[in-house]
Amino acid sequence: MTANRTYPDEPAGEFPPPPRTITDKDDRDIEIRSAGLAEREPLVAMYTAFDPADRAQGIPPVKEYAIDNWLDTVLAEDCLNVIAWDGEDAVGHSMLVPDDSGGYELAIFVLNTHQGAGVGTSLLETLLGYTQQEGVEKVWLTVERWNKPAIELYKKVGFEICNTESFEIEMSIRLH
Amino acid sequence: MNVLLGHDGSEGAWEALRQTLERAEVAGDDVSVAIYDDTAVEATPDEIERETRSKLEEYDVDTGIRHIDGHVGGALVEIVDGEDFERLVIAGGNRSTLGKIQLGNVAEFVVLNSETPVTLVR
Repeated sequence: MTANRTYPDEPAGEFPPPPRTITDKDDRDIEIRSAGLAEREPLVAMYTAFDPADRAQGIPPVKEYAIDNWLDTVLAEDCLNVIAWDGEDAVGHSMLVPDDSGGYELAIFVLNTHQGAGVGTSLLETLLGYTQQEGVEKVWLTVERWNKPAIELYKKVGFEICNTESFEIEMSIRLH
Repeated sequence: MNVLLGHDGSEGAWEALRQTLERAEVAGDDVSVAIYDDTAVEATPDEIERETRSKLEEYDVDTGIRHIDGHVGGALVEIVDGEDFERLVIAGGNRSTLGKIQLGNVAEFVVLNSETPVTLVR
């Protein structure tokens, strides 16, 4: 929320853009593709099945109409989205939404059936590859302090902690 | 119930005021409004007070207004815990465009430090 957010001086390395197919730790073939409003229905299905314990800072919303409204915002044309597919089912979704100071806010959600299998890492790397392709320079996110697995994942791909003063930790990455 | 409402003139704070007054009218609460300055809000504390007074007239509730400055979280906790209050109400948290809720400094401070129950409105 702070306008004077700081970013690392050095850009991160190159990330793979979509589409990609990976084999997760449970031997499932997972396809990662860019997405938009056309993928709204499978996303509604994914978020309706979402484990309440995996919500972060009020998203995804609980009620279906609220999920609908939220998807309208994050699937809008000025945003970037990638989805991880297990067959016909969306099992992971990562998104970038522009803020009002030239940066993009990132969020990622993976269904609990596909957590701990490397899907989140691949999904995040692919979104960042897509982001580099589209010329976006600065990306940030907030994460709850207790969410150590998420913080470690973000660090692993190159995010750095830029603000610890509020309830949530802020992290950022430079891509170009 | 004796209720203290922290009010910085933000959209959330006006909503918290409305909800607090509606409840107070039914439950017979006394409501005290503590106004403070927030750099992110354009209205000055005096303007907030004028607007608040005109809102208060719409409800049949015993009310009081005071101003606080300095460390707002600390001042709110001192008032609710030190005086005869049973509840602190405060607007808590903004959403980023993406939709994530972020708690403000004042909300975080009072939730962690107040011994009086706190209601976050959003």
